[in-house]
Amino acid sequence: MGSRGSMRARVTVTLIAVLAVLGGLAAQQAPDRSAPPPIGPVPAVKVPTVVKRQLSNGLPVWIVEMHKVPVASVTLAIKAGASADPGGRFGLARLTADMLDEGAGTRGALEIADAVEYLGASLSTSGSFDETSVDLHVPVARLDDALAMMSDVALRPTFPDKELQRVREELLTSLVQVQDDPEALVQFAFPRLVYGPSHRYGTLTIGTAAALKGVTAAELRQFHARNYVPASSVLIVTGDVSPDALLPRLEAAFGKWSGAAPPSAAPSAARQLTARQIFVVDKPGAAQSQIAIGWVGVPRSTPDYFALRVLNTVLGGAFTSRLNQNLREEHQYSYGARSSFDMRAGAGPFAATAGVQTDKTAESLTEFFKELQNIRTPIPTAELEKATNYLALQLPRAFETTDSVAASLEQMFVYDLPENYFSTYTDRVKAVTAADVQRAAERYIQPDKFAIVVVGDRKQIEPGIAALKLGPIRVVTIDEVMK
Amino acid sequence: MRPFRSTMTRRPALLAASFVLLAATATRAQAPAATRPAPLTVPFAQFTLANGLHVILHEDHTVPLVSVNVWYHVGSAREKPGRTGFAHLFEHLMFEGSGHVKEGAFDTLLETAGGTNNGSTQTDRTNYYIDVPSNALELALFLESDRMGYLLDAMSPERVNGQRDVVKNERRQSYENAPYGMAQIEIDKMLYPEGHPYRWPTIGYMEDLTAASYQDVVEFFKRYYQPSNATLVVAGDIEPAGARRLVEKWFADVKPGTEPVTPITYPRPVLTGVQRKSIQDRVQLPRLYLSWLTPAFFTPGDAELDVVSQVLAGGKNSRLYKRLVYDLRIAQDVSAFQASSALGSQFEIVVTARPPEAGTATQALVDRIRGIVDEEIARLQTTAPAAHEFERAINQIEASFYNRMERVGGFGGKGDQLNSYYFSTGNPDYFNEDLSRYRALGASDVQAAAASWLPLNRRVELVVEPQK
Repeated sequence: MGSRGSMRARVTVTLIAVLAVLGGLAAQQAPDRSAPPPIGPVPAVKVPTVVKRQLSNGLPVWIVEMHKVPVASVTLAIKAGASADPGGRFGLARLTADMLDEGAGTRGALEIADAVEYLGASLSTSGSFDETSVDLHVPVARLDDALAMMSDVALRPTFPDKELQRVREELLTSLVQVQDDPEALVQFAFPRLVYGPSHRYGTLTIGTAAALKGVTAAELRQFHARNYVPASSVLIVTGDVSPDALLPRLEAAFGKWSGAAPPSAAPSAARQLTARQIFVVDKPGAAQSQIAIGWVGVPRSTPDYFALRVLNTVLGGAFTSRLNQNLREEHQYSYGARSSFDMRAGAGPFAATAGVQTDKTAESLTEFFKELQNIRTPIPTAELEKATNYLALQLPRAFETTDSVAASLEQMFVYDLPENYFSTYTDRVKAVTAADVQRAAERYIQPDKFAIVVVGDRKQIEPGIAALKLGPIRVVTIDEVMK
Repeated sequence: MRPFRSTMTRRPALLAASFVLLAATATRAQAPAATRPAPLTVPFAQFTLANGLHVILHEDHTVPLVSVNVWYHVGSAREKPGRTGFAHLFEHLMFEGSGHVKEGAFDTLLETAGGTNNGSTQTDRTNYYIDVPSNALELALFLESDRMGYLLDAMSPERVNGQRDVVKNERRQSYENAPYGMAQIEIDKMLYPEGHPYRWPTIGYMEDLTAASYQDVVEFFKRYYQPSNATLVVAGDIEPAGARRLVEKWFADVKPGTEPVTPITYPRPVLTGVQRKSIQDRVQLPRLYLSWLTPAFFTPGDAELDVVSQVLAGGKNSRLYKRLVYDLRIAQDVSAFQASSALGSQFEIVVTARPPEAGTATQALVDRIRGIVDEEIARLQTTAPAAHEFERAINQIEASFYNRMERVGGFGGKGDQLNSYYFSTGNPDYFNEDLSRYRALGASDVQAAAASWLPLNRRVELVVEPQK
């Protein structure tokens, strides 16, 4: 009965639609706006097929064919990032990566840039605490020439002294510029005040001025020789290529590279904060205060990964998240508020952040702490569903472009994610319960132990902050958070 | 895509989840010279509803996502005196609910469906996108049509007040508290005469944001947000016939406007000499801005000036970068761009100085940098670039066109580009014609454009000095 009835209903609806179109009525009938239209079944997501091969030197090659646009994206990812910096040399990994295209093989810096640009390619390096990558994006017709350039840059950099002086000056100058920008400055100050100056996570990947000043070309060569080895690398190719035709070309470019893997460079465990403390970095005349609140978070390998992703989406990871709704939409103290768990090989920082108008700094802190407390209590079903859908249903975005697919595979490699990571991703997000989120919140969101870092006009904001009695206030200098 | 004049977006760019600053080195160049790939094309279908809404459909099934992208052909250039910043404030109000969508529901419904959205305002247009999994296309069309048709049913002075304060904080964050944040506002005031629609900033003056009223919202909506002043692109994982039916279902009841929007015109301003100004900011490095008034988008000279910008400041071998940053090491960075708009464009060169050496005055360093920039402009004005240098610039531009073909949604995705080309040329699939503008050029055209449009004795010069 039920099924017959619904079938008839469907036929009727179709007939009406046909009649309406025939009669030209569809365009004139106002649709029913009393409720949002229903959403159909979620479309199946096709996880890209990765062809996995190996070069003669053991270098793994991951290839994804994408034939929409005649371009190719090639990433050489190496599991050695800023965490491999020796003590006293914070910034060495980043400087090494920055120097790769400043001289390589038989070419100088200008010749490399000219050749790459003439091909219409882009060749760049990037890095995090856990990896360094050399990234090529090129029209596929010029892939061979570009691969030769790329392998020179990645495998045979020459680190000329003259270029080192120039690049070092650029980095030192950018560290000066950071001091002018409250939004940038808080990103230096927060990890420093949470992790301290000796833990590697207390300093951003760029390092410190003092360390950069001391680095020699010999150290760069040594860092490169030790860490840039096939045994800790993968070559990822996405785009308009076919694996069989591509492989000999990759072999020619990267097959003779050799070297054994160095010992793993995961940083030592960080000391967790135990009592709430406020740090104020003075920026006289600032129109806004830049706020960061948090402590030592979790490593990427945490078993609570999915619960924390959902938690963060609810708290500060989406536009309708509680922090943004509160500080932006409800109180209008800010243009935007958010939070994030920066997950690395070791426990990276958790931070809730916003830029708020100077005269509402104390009020904003009150609202931050209200939300940080509230997230520890059970979250309503609708909010959980919104967050899990938001996370799960955005997965296809990662598979749209050659660069985004390459970046997704890079994450799999760097963090040793299982083969079925993407094919099980949606189910694992959807499996997170309110109880999981609450358990994670109780453990990882403990507002009475958080560091509060405020970069702003001290004279205007300190009395209000002090009146909140959130904890002891320490005024820190820019020098202290950057040296 | 080329940079436009100041763009304001509804929400700030997400801070990198990794909390890492100063990440990758600048992305460089793009595209091959010898091999000329097949013509670029983005196939589309288009139709116009009875209420005047123009609709463009494009299929791309790479991933199961759809982008609904709307351009309203109104921006800050239409603002009245005393109401600067209004077009952008209005853009914010478009997300706060409409006749059949409660306050907050716009974002909640979309996030629950796995969608994202944003809007941005420039001088000439305001754009919006909603990107959703393809099963939620109808939800996106419902929301988009409801705010096009029924925004005022949900508007109130309180809502205006709420977003007014958010926008003021956007201004504080992106302009007042940002290093060099006020420079562009000063430059526009010097480039354009009193009354010119590009003279005031899209973000608006603080006192005008304070003055904006509920009544202004009603008038602006009725006048400029009518369907015949908008275009809708639905792009991505769609079946065109079905998508068309859904567009007709949800947009046909949007009432047409009462008075058509007439094109905006303004006599072309001319700079008659050099205008100089210095401002102080809480920065440690001086910065020099040079700016000229140049031809509007897609008019002769526009593409040429894009190539000029590449020759001057695109990559390590570009003339200004090589001399100032690479050889002399007296500058930290240099950029040059033709910012193209409907009523005319502006060409800008920006150089950030290195910290002056002990004993060197800021003014002397800036003068030295200005002198070198002028030498290089003069050289380009008298001698065409060498073949290799010219081809390198063209190859970079050509490759950028291919890189724009991959993503469907968001700002700068194919949906947004179809609307952009339709707005500026009347043809959504203008990709190949646009690229042909560059392919048709010769090195001497670049020289001629530099000579015509970048006179050393008629321009605006702004120096941002470290506060004493």
